[in-house]
Amino acid sequence: MSERTANILVVTLITFTNLLIAFAISGIFVWSVGEDPLFALETLLYGAFGYDEGIGYTLYYTTNFIFTGLAFAVGFHCRLFNIGAEGQAYIGGLGVGLVCLWLGDWPTILVFPLAVLAAVIFGGIWGAIPGYLQAKRGSHVVITTIMFNFIASVLMVYLLVNVLIKPGQMSPESREFESGAFLPAMHEILAPLGFEITPTPLNFTFFWALICAFLVWRFVWHTRWGYELRTVGANETAAVYGGISVTRNIILAMAICGGLAGFVGINELMGFNHRIILNFQLGYGFTGIAVSLIGRNHPLGILLASLLFGILYQGGAELDLEMQTIDRNMIVLIQGLVILFAGALENLFRPQIEAFVKRLGSGGQASVAEAA
Amino acid sequence: MSPAIELIGISKHFGPVQANRDVSLTVQAGTIHGIIGENGAGKSTLMSILYGFYQADAGEIRVQGQPLKIHSAHDAIESGIGMVHQHFMLVDTFTVLENVVLGVESGFQLDRSLEEARQELLRLEREYRLEVDADALIQKLPVGLQQRVEILKALYRGADILILDEPTGVLTPQEADDLFRILSELRSQGKTVILITHKLREIMAITDHVSVMRQGEMVAHRPTSETNQEELAELMVGRKVLLRVDKAPATPGEPVLVVENLRVWDDSGVERVKDVSFEVRAGEIIGVAGVSGNGQTELLEVLTGIRPLQQGQLRLNGTAITPEAHADGARMRELGLAHVPEDRQRMGLVTAFEAAENIILGYHRDPKYNGRIEMDRTRIVEESSAEMTAYDVRPPNPLLRSSLFSGGNQQKLVVAREMARDPSLLVVGQPTRGVDIGAIEFIHRRIIAMRDAGKGVLLVSVELDEILSLSDRILVMFNGQLMGEIPEAEADERAIGLLMAGVQQEAA
Repeated sequence: MSERTANILVVTLITFTNLLIAFAISGIFVWSVGEDPLFALETLLYGAFGYDEGIGYTLYYTTNFIFTGLAFAVGFHCRLFNIGAEGQAYIGGLGVGLVCLWLGDWPTILVFPLAVLAAVIFGGIWGAIPGYLQAKRGSHVVITTIMFNFIASVLMVYLLVNVLIKPGQMSPESREFESGAFLPAMHEILAPLGFEITPTPLNFTFFWALICAFLVWRFVWHTRWGYELRTVGANETAAVYGGISVTRNIILAMAICGGLAGFVGINELMGFNHRIILNFQLGYGFTGIAVSLIGRNHPLGILLASLLFGILYQGGAELDLEMQTIDRNMIVLIQGLVILFAGALENLFRPQIEAFVKRLGSGGQASVAEAA
Repeated sequence: MSPAIELIGISKHFGPVQANRDVSLTVQAGTIHGIIGENGAGKSTLMSILYGFYQADAGEIRVQGQPLKIHSAHDAIESGIGMVHQHFMLVDTFTVLENVVLGVESGFQLDRSLEEARQELLRLEREYRLEVDADALIQKLPVGLQQRVEILKALYRGADILILDEPTGVLTPQEADDLFRILSELRSQGKTVILITHKLREIMAITDHVSVMRQGEMVAHRPTSETNQEELAELMVGRKVLLRVDKAPATPGEPVLVVENLRVWDDSGVERVKDVSFEVRAGEIIGVAGVSGNGQTELLEVLTGIRPLQQGQLRLNGTAITPEAHADGARMRELGLAHVPEDRQRMGLVTAFEAAENIILGYHRDPKYNGRIEMDRTRIVEESSAEMTAYDVRPPNPLLRSSLFSGGNQQKLVVAREMARDPSLLVVGQPTRGVDIGAIEFIHRRIIAMRDAGKGVLLVSVELDEILSLSDRILVMFNGQLMGEIPEAEADERAIGLLMAGVQQEAA
């Protein structure tokens, strides 16, 4: 077994072991409030996958997690702990919303690329400022991104209450976009192909998220910009020695993070809400950190972890609805346990699993030797 | 009298690596016993077992004839074993006295134990002629004296057997002589000393017996008087080694690098390089000697574009570099400079990257490695593979993570990267630090081949032997200044040693 295969096997086993434990403990809690854990699991999975509406919602949430997960991962490869996806998504969404409000009567095929650009610019700037402060002033990016989340939050409240609000309306929301700024929903995309599915918020942005995951993978591991970014992340001194600008790469990485987070606005505003609303990004940015860590900061892992959290979100809502004694808090508890075991305590069983894989590897070699 | 220490059949493995295999060693009381071997030969592991950092998988330890189980450094100290580590374990902001007492205070009230300790310390200083000011702050003391404090610490804890791990790495030749005088003094007072080193000269100069380790095994024991450097080197490496580098006289050409009135301040504003001027011509090796920490690191950093030029001027292949027109590492490479940095782990390599990714570090923007958007990975891996074979990097696997190579092979990886690009100036810092003899020989030959191909070479090293055997001209740095230039023909250890210690050349 090569080092690479062994590593992949170890990582996979660790992730699954941790998830299993998180679910087992969740099961104990469910049992302790007098419910049947297996039935709860069944309900959760049924809610997420059992019918097409459930799948639609699951993948809709998954889309957001992919963006915020990627937004954390890119920074992580440059050794930046980007806590600011929340604010970056919010401000990126502002950019998307403004484009949609102004150009909503244009054809969607033109509005979409402009909205993507706006998300990248707005979100990117919101990420790049903490990046600049880190690179040039040494203000730690964890602190500044948290602060920027708050700034984004109050800025949006101000804009929605005072500037963007639809005149003559009580709730702080913008007017509805015109139809050019509506991204096609999945049921609309599939209908001409002969698939009739229940309408859900799932929309075209899902494909864009998959494309982004692919692009991030190619960027980080196959371009010279990604190479420089990883070098700065792995060893700053070696980067300077190699003539790689640490400042430039930190700012660039944070801008990319912000841009990716900004795409949450595309999914939420262009894809579903069709207006700028308060707190459309709530929680996705923070959960993105866990998504990325569980997914080992690799786009493929992030796709799978995003799906997991999509399931927990949608299936949890179903559980809340179906089972009397289980409420919203129980769902948060389960999510918390997943983050605790798969994120914070991820290396709890590493020694045992590594030993197991090694035994497996040497056992394999031994049997090959015997066969020979 | 029973031997001070007997190790019988010690074995220790870390994962698949057998660090010690059935090692036996007998150290007679009242002698200085040298242990030599290349890096990774298992010397440090063996001593760490004796000092209780590791537990042996098998084997027996006897101290003064008594079988002992040593589970921790505390046990070792109890049985009269003291250790002076390569990197000192001292609190910089404490005084000598406070450091000596640290961990063995006699009671709750520090004042009283300090007073008792002072008397004891003075007694030890007198007895072993180890004078140090008990109230001096460690950070104000030169390295040689800090080492004395380490020895005093061990003696204060009642050590009869003293282990010294590579003690001369940080010392000037004069300081090293001083240390050897102290060690003989200890021997004459009946103490036993174990000296771990890779420097053959030291073994010959001071020890009574020598044991040679190779690849985890003890390969030979010799009374020092019955062996010589050539035999020991052969035992260490397992084959004949050329200790002296053969080279033809230099034929210097045009200057490649001209340094004029260079001054460098470090990040805290201390002037580390003071008005330094020199030139490196094509086809010659300039050696910069000096004790570590006298401005060589800062000099290298400025010359290679890592640290911005603050004052003075450089001229590299005719292109002027001034504080106003700064050149970073990438620009310096474009101008024909290659740099093997002093610290390969920290600067020369990204140890988390695979070898192929490291072989392009600093050259990754070269169009030949890049397509329009993505890098040409096939080509990078192929070239890396070829270079690794050419520079004898083992194993020659470009996909292996760099941290998994041994020190010598990591260094060859860096050397391969820097030499293969055909630079006109090669700047090398400590090219053989932590590198085994076989690799040293290889790297030295390559450096001379560069010179013979008409490249300028600037070599900075704290190993005087290395400077002496490679350089065509020698510059000595002390406290940020160039103390003088010595042509190869007139170079001898004593003259350089005096300059390294800051003694000015007499006006001849």
